[in-house]
Amino acid sequence: MFEAILLTVMTAATPLVIAALGELVTERSGVLNLGVEGMMIMGAVCAFATAHMTGSPYLGILAGIGGGALFSLLFGFLTLTLVANQVATGLALTILGLGVSGQLGESFVGLAGTKLQPIVFPVLSDIPFIGRVLFAQDLIFYLSIVLIIGVNWFLFKSRTGLKMRAIGDNHGSAHALGINVVRTRYLAVLFGGACAGLAGAQLSLVYTPQWVENMSAGRGWIALALVVFASWRPWRILAGGYLFGAVTIGQLHAQAFGVGIPSQFLSALPYAATIVVLVIISHNRRTTLINTPASLGKPFVPDR
Amino acid sequence: MSSSQDQGEPSLLSVRRLTKLFGSFAACDGIDLDIAPGEIHALLGENGAGKSTLVKMLFGVLQPSAGQILWQGQPVSIASPAQARELGVGMVFQHFSLFEALTVGENIALSLDPKISLSKISDEVASLSRAYGLPLDPKAHVADLSVGERQRIEIVRALLQNPKLIILDEPTSVLTPQEAERLFETLFKLKAEGRSVLYISHRLDEVRQICDRATVLRHGKVTGTCDPRQETPASLARMMVGSDVAAVHREELGATGETLLEVSGMSVAARTPFAVSLKDVSMTVRAGEVLAIAGVAGNGQGELFDALSGEYPVPDDNSVKIRGKAVGRTRINGRRLLGAGFVPEERHGHAAVAQMSLSDNLLLARAHSDRKAFLSSGFAKVIRHGAVKAAAARICQAMDVRKSGEDPAAGSLSGGNLQKFIVGRELDRQPSVLVVNQPTWGVDAGAASRIRQALIDLANSGSAVVVISQDLDEIFEVATSIAVISEGRLSKAYPAGELSLERIGLLMGGIHDSTRNASQAEEAAHAH
Repeated sequence: MFEAILLTVMTAATPLVIAALGELVTERSGVLNLGVEGMMIMGAVCAFATAHMTGSPYLGILAGIGGGALFSLLFGFLTLTLVANQVATGLALTILGLGVSGQLGESFVGLAGTKLQPIVFPVLSDIPFIGRVLFAQDLIFYLSIVLIIGVNWFLFKSRTGLKMRAIGDNHGSAHALGINVVRTRYLAVLFGGACAGLAGAQLSLVYTPQWVENMSAGRGWIALALVVFASWRPWRILAGGYLFGAVTIGQLHAQAFGVGIPSQFLSALPYAATIVVLVIISHNRRTTLINTPASLGKPFVPDR
Repeated sequence: MSSSQDQGEPSLLSVRRLTKLFGSFAACDGIDLDIAPGEIHALLGENGAGKSTLVKMLFGVLQPSAGQILWQGQPVSIASPAQARELGVGMVFQHFSLFEALTVGENIALSLDPKISLSKISDEVASLSRAYGLPLDPKAHVADLSVGERQRIEIVRALLQNPKLIILDEPTSVLTPQEAERLFETLFKLKAEGRSVLYISHRLDEVRQICDRATVLRHGKVTGTCDPRQETPASLARMMVGSDVAAVHREELGATGETLLEVSGMSVAARTPFAVSLKDVSMTVRAGEVLAIAGVAGNGQGELFDALSGEYPVPDDNSVKIRGKAVGRTRINGRRLLGAGFVPEERHGHAAVAQMSLSDNLLLARAHSDRKAFLSSGFAKVIRHGAVKAAAARICQAMDVRKSGEDPAAGSLSGGNLQKFIVGRELDRQPSVLVVNQPTWGVDAGAASRIRQALIDLANSGSAVVVISQDLDEIFEVATSIAVISEGRLSKAYPAGELSLERIGLLMGGIHDSTRNASQAEEAAHAH
């Protein structure tokens, strides 16, 4: 019973973790992309359609990543090349994504999906209790863990990651040091889009292997909240993602068992938790200075 | 040193007829400059004299319009800062381009070859900074460091590239006298190693203390090259300004007028973790008195100003009295109505809105205290633009504010002219109590002397003036009495004539007011 609940929590948490991780990288470079929900749903529809037509969920994953990345490129072009307002563009991207995905997916509604099968590690999965939970999962779960480790290493150990953090902190100084601000931000935005797309693919290939319009159901917004909740640190994304995932699942179980907590209250919990975290971190100016990308959302126009 | 120089010792860097045009305006106009190996060379000039433009050309940030740069006798063109570093030129900027969220080591790594590992850079930073007497922890976050420590990062960053010439842009403007002494020792060490230093400053005493030669700029032209040790501050100033700087006149009135501003036992808790709490601050300022409050930045000056002005009222109503009336809990407009005036430190964003015109800025500050003049009566309170514009013009006239156009945006004025305007905006009301914070910060010598004279004139006309300043020259020029703030504590006020520079330095360093400590401090000062 407990193992079953844990497995559903993990399935619910994985898309949150992946999408938030992508947005974390984007925001660390100083770009605020509020279009996570739109990129996620585009990933979901591209993944489902491709998997349905080819029969291969793995091609579906690639299509999901590609769909999200391509969609984020639109955001990048508008905000980085044309220096449009990031908040407005991000909101537009979400609305556009929800509409376009509905259109693209119209003929796929109600069709049977292709579920991504778990990859079972022979010996490890026999370890009592944790074996089934950790070593009999699908590829996207494993990817989420690899991504956390990789992003953490990239941001805090690699020189390119250092440059990216420098840009997020002060793009003017970074530009003066000869770092290519716009190119680095394009890469960060693309990575964010690819991750959101992958998270979308998880929704339509693992979580509920079918296409339903608006199936991202606000997860993109939770992912955005999660980035702040994690105060821009990758490992905290993992913790926060599982916490928020547990809340989502808890909400379903509470309803099933007739617990008297209104479900609306539980679905609001991630956002309430994020507000609490925001209050706590902004109270301590030092942690804010060190973790919050100071040039987040600010347009960058190099001096002539 | 300078005489052997003249006999043709090869220069490390020579500049011939260097010119930089912005449109038709020549920021640098045919400049000649020679820097010998192992000399500390001063570049003197007022704001806008062309010092920064010249230095930017030497460091490859700007390209000259005409003229030549010779490096060790060879003509070179310096296309970028990277190329300048390759030649052996290091630069310490006035405004540090540091990343607050990153550590010291990471900041330095960003400007170095990416192939060098971070741990190696950290080791080098630690050892190099120790060797030059500029201790730095490579793992510390820049956000946690003081301005002086941030400057060390810039210096160490420049030194890591083993430069032959180091350019420092106004390095001591952010340091305490003691920190400055330490910097000078580092500079002498560099000189002893045969490196050259180009030292940009407008502090004449410093230049006379440490520089071997000085080149003076005015309006983009060289007005003289000299050995600063052979010159007097007055003769150097003459070269900088062109005519004698109007010496500020102060009559010794011996302030015996009535007490206009009284602060007693005022304690204010810090509003944020990074603010300073004020501890038992007391002061009395009489009519005709200029009380200057000295201290190193970040010792509670801003908090003291906030408490005096009522921007943040204090809990105890009786702890601040203006003209005998308790105003501790009164906000700024209430205090202004009692005849007080306040000029905060930040010109842009605090004292003035850069995008708005001068008259709008005037109205913002005085809409309440001068509402009869500037606003129509009745419910609508329509703005009388004519009256406001006339008042703005009157202030510009009185303070000699140089501007382009009738009523330009505040941000289009130079720092000095905007500062004259915002000080003039208060003086125009003839306040009986005036509190100013850093009145001449980053202002050229001409404007500074104008502002200081205006402050003294106001006191002489029977007002009480409080000047919070980090500039000791300024303090000695204007003050009739001096108090020192350190870690939120204010020393007692001493008559200006009784305090020596060393004594103030010690007070600034936190040796507080008790008689015993003060006398010890005096002994320590005399022992040197």
